[in-house]
Amino acid sequence: MNGLNILGLIYVLIFFGLILGTSIFLRTREGRRLRDIPAFDRLGRAIGLAVEAGSRLHISLGRGHMLSTQSAVGFVGLSILGRIARSTSISDRPPVSTSGEGSLGILSQDTQRDAAKYLGVESDPTRGRITGLTPYSYAAGTLSFIQEEDIGANLLIGSFGNEVALITDAAERTDGMTLGGTDNLTGQAVMFATAQEPLIGEETYAGGAYLDAGPMHVASLYAQDILRWIIIGLILIGAILKLLGVL
Amino acid sequence: MRNPVFAAIAIGVGIVVLLGYFLQIDLLVNLRVVLLEWATILVAVALLVGIINLFIVHFRKSAADQQNRLNSIFLLVSMTITLLVAGWFGPTHPYSLWIFNYIQIPIEASLMAILTVVLIYAGVRLLRRKPNLLTIVFIATAVIILLMSGPLFGIDIPGLSELRIWIGKVPAVAGARGILLGVSLGIVAAGLRILMGADRPYGGS
Repeated sequence: MNGLNILGLIYVLIFFGLILGTSIFLRTREGRRLRDIPAFDRLGRAIGLAVEAGSRLHISLGRGHMLSTQSAVGFVGLSILGRIARSTSISDRPPVSTSGEGSLGILSQDTQRDAAKYLGVESDPTRGRITGLTPYSYAAGTLSFIQEEDIGANLLIGSFGNEVALITDAAERTDGMTLGGTDNLTGQAVMFATAQEPLIGEETYAGGAYLDAGPMHVASLYAQDILRWIIIGLILIGAILKLLGVL
Repeated sequence: MRNPVFAAIAIGVGIVVLLGYFLQIDLLVNLRVVLLEWATILVAVALLVGIINLFIVHFRKSAADQQNRLNSIFLLVSMTITLLVAGWFGPTHPYSLWIFNYIQIPIEASLMAILTVVLIYAGVRLLRRKPNLLTIVFIATAVIILLMSGPLFGIDIPGLSELRIWIGKVPAVAGARGILLGVSLGIVAAGLRILMGADRPYGGS
């Protein structure tokens, strides 16, 4: 058996243990403190404003393939979509989602249907739209969608490349708030320049915790933070050992 | 309450695929391969469903008295012609390739050209929206890399080429690795939440 595989399995088991341990620990403590991410503060306000103004919220889930690592950020987008669909229950204009991948589109319709069932209202399958199946056709379909609908805020949480600039530009022209996070490095650089509220690195995956999607989201965020400090420590130790000529 | 059967299937399949990746036990590895093949077929079916969804949405839009209905009609006609040509003659037939080479590629190339303008405009807007040190460093780095990525009318600015190489090798790689480490932590956390049944994107109320 490959040593690297065993190391990988141990890493996953430690992560699993940390999430479980943190969730048990958090249950016994009142008030969870999360570090400030201004983008999510602004998102909370934007959701409230959109509900009051009767405008729509648009969640763009990207085009992450379900059989690759891109699926994780798509799942985060779906969690946020589900949470927002439930929290905007008093709005007469429910949120809409767009995606550039078949299975993500089906899952977004399912998420919207679940939220509608939870709220006891009728679900419309066209609220979860697939706007294109190649990067640029997806961007072109989504930007025309943003221009046609009365969108109050745009959340771009999914796998995007540089084509995301076309979407954020369209969103900017409608004066709606734009929050963006992706797993793609090029996409992140583009979002930093074009989105009003860009999410960098692991911040994208923290959306569920900040939108109260469930206690496990908060627990996994704490576990992520703990592991990040461990990795930083290991990198520093490695660098020092290398400098000293031990490694 | 969500249906526990869906959750049990998702969690069970997830655990088998994960263990099959790490542990080289024949039964687990074979099961993992079979499950991934099923998943591949399902994703392909989902792609078909996606195309049908796209068609239905634009059919409704073109039937309703909405603005921009012409765009929807254009999309429906293009989609039907492409499906008929590629379906009848096959995807590698010259007719299908003609559509791909002379319609799709030029349109996407045009969008890439627009993207260049959008990004330049976004850079200027970024300086106006967030006039801080981080923005200046971001824009300056982009300008230096751009200057040295193409020919500069034969002009050689001393030190600029070395600066570009240094940026590419040291701060850019360090930053990218830092971001990727964060992303990988997020990916594992998202995957584990699904394996634990805490996150259920597959629905099934």
